[in-house]
Amino acid sequence: MKFWIGAAVFLVVAIGFALSPVNEYFFFAAYVILTAVVLATAWNILGGYAGYVNFGPPAFIGVGAYTAVVLFKAIGAPLVVQILAGAAMGALLGLGVGLLTLRLRGIFFAIATVAVVFIMETLAINWRYVGGATGLQLQRPEVMAPFTSYTRMLFAVMAIMAVVSVAVARYVQGSWIGRGLRALRDSEEAAEANGVPTLKLKLFACVVSGALLAAGGAPMPMYLSFIEPASTFNLAYTVSSLGGAIIGGMSHWGGPIIGALILSTLQQIITVTISGEVNVLIVGVLLVLFVVLAPEGVMGLFKRWLKPS
Amino acid sequence: MAEALLKVNGVSKHFGGFTALSGVTVEIARGERFGLIGPNGSGKTTLINCISGLLRNEAGRIVFDGRDVTPLAPHQRTRLGIARSFQVPRPFHTMTVLENLLVPSAYVVHLSDAEGTDKAMDILKGMGLAPKAHQHAAQLSQVELRKLELARAMAANPKLLISDEAMAGLSGAEVDEVLAILFRLNEAGITIIMIEHIMQAVMRFSQRVVCLDAGKIICEGTPQSIVQHPEVQRAYLGA
Repeated sequence: MKFWIGAAVFLVVAIGFALSPVNEYFFFAAYVILTAVVLATAWNILGGYAGYVNFGPPAFIGVGAYTAVVLFKAIGAPLVVQILAGAAMGALLGLGVGLLTLRLRGIFFAIATVAVVFIMETLAINWRYVGGATGLQLQRPEVMAPFTSYTRMLFAVMAIMAVVSVAVARYVQGSWIGRGLRALRDSEEAAEANGVPTLKLKLFACVVSGALLAAGGAPMPMYLSFIEPASTFNLAYTVSSLGGAIIGGMSHWGGPIIGALILSTLQQIITVTISGEVNVLIVGVLLVLFVVLAPEGVMGLFKRWLKPS
Repeated sequence: MAEALLKVNGVSKHFGGFTALSGVTVEIARGERFGLIGPNGSGKTTLINCISGLLRNEAGRIVFDGRDVTPLAPHQRTRLGIARSFQVPRPFHTMTVLENLLVPSAYVVHLSDAEGTDKAMDILKGMGLAPKAHQHAAQLSQVELRKLELARAMAANPKLLISDEAMAGLSGAEVDEVLAILFRLNEAGITIIMIEHIMQAVMRFSQRVVCLDAGKIICEGTPQSIVQHPEVQRAYLGA
């Protein structure tokens, strides 16, 4: 109940902001930060709960974005349809990738997911309809009332998506599925021997995580008014999705929110005040610090601080 | 005689060129206390991995409770009633002891958390682990981990419990403690396969013992007859 009240308050404040005369740049930056929350939360369902480190977020984000572009170009589909279709394609990709790779473990699984990124990027580069390697300029449609600019509307949409993805992650964590995922993360053999259908659960996590990652990427072409393979399938998305989860803490749904907020806010500030290059360095330094000093992330630090043993 | 609970029929398993099991056939009756012995590398753990489904046997069939389980995944076999402990304990280390037991109670017996907790606490009390119920599995001692393995297997309501070296590395008193637990479970009607290196424990516990050597059953009989069997003495002592 508390969660839903919090979510409702957050949405009211976010949409209220979007309707207020606050400077447009705020929404431009806040959209990126909220996307980071969606991506980290989505990544954590497979990477954190099940312990399968997925380096493939760009593949899923790209599939979401390109699905949106194709639908927009072909039939002028509205944003909601673009996002839902993107999520559906992401789920399908998750199922396919899962069936092919989830029998691999640890580093082998991670490497296989990197390969998926390159495969999807190559496909996009060679697809003329969506502009191939040079990309495609997109004309944003008219903004819907009551919003006064498209960026403001995208910000509000992303706020809703953040709430949806966190709600999904929270549900999975608290359900019997979450317990099964934890069990198989701790020991896959023991989980099987105790009745947990590990392959099915991993596939489920991969599908849900894939759908949310793709949904997070779907509004991006409209946000940029442009799509192009190199930046869409950029491995930097991998770093920010798993970085958010690692920094925030992977065992609780709150972790990726905190991590993504810290990381991407910092990145936004540094990009503006120092440079776009330094912000990559900051992510690296933060990741190293957290892995070494606080392997359970901010949530872990918080827990230790609450009950010192 | 009633139909056997478990029939292992001509089971073979190779790892590359190495033959871990070749044509193993054995039947285990309902309610039996069955001992499986053999020198290191003789295929004991491979055999129970084939029975529990962690490994797929290449030849032969495994029939449990009148049903051919050969094509089934481990979790499906657990649901039919085959539970096991692991030689090297594999607790769910990020969970508490109680939560460890709630995994099989949710996935195998389909109990709600409240029902599962009641049942799990009963099992933990029986094993003397109740005071540790809310500790993390990572904080347990060796003997407690062994007991947790057995307790977790019990939470799956098994018909057959396979105890894979539950006593290795334990002190004499601790061995007695674990033995007492296993005797109690057997009295409650659970068939038990015990794999053990501690001869004294197997001999005391088992009604019938089978000795494996190089992937083959070299003899079968009562504990007394087994130790005197020349093949067994050769396998263990050489020459």
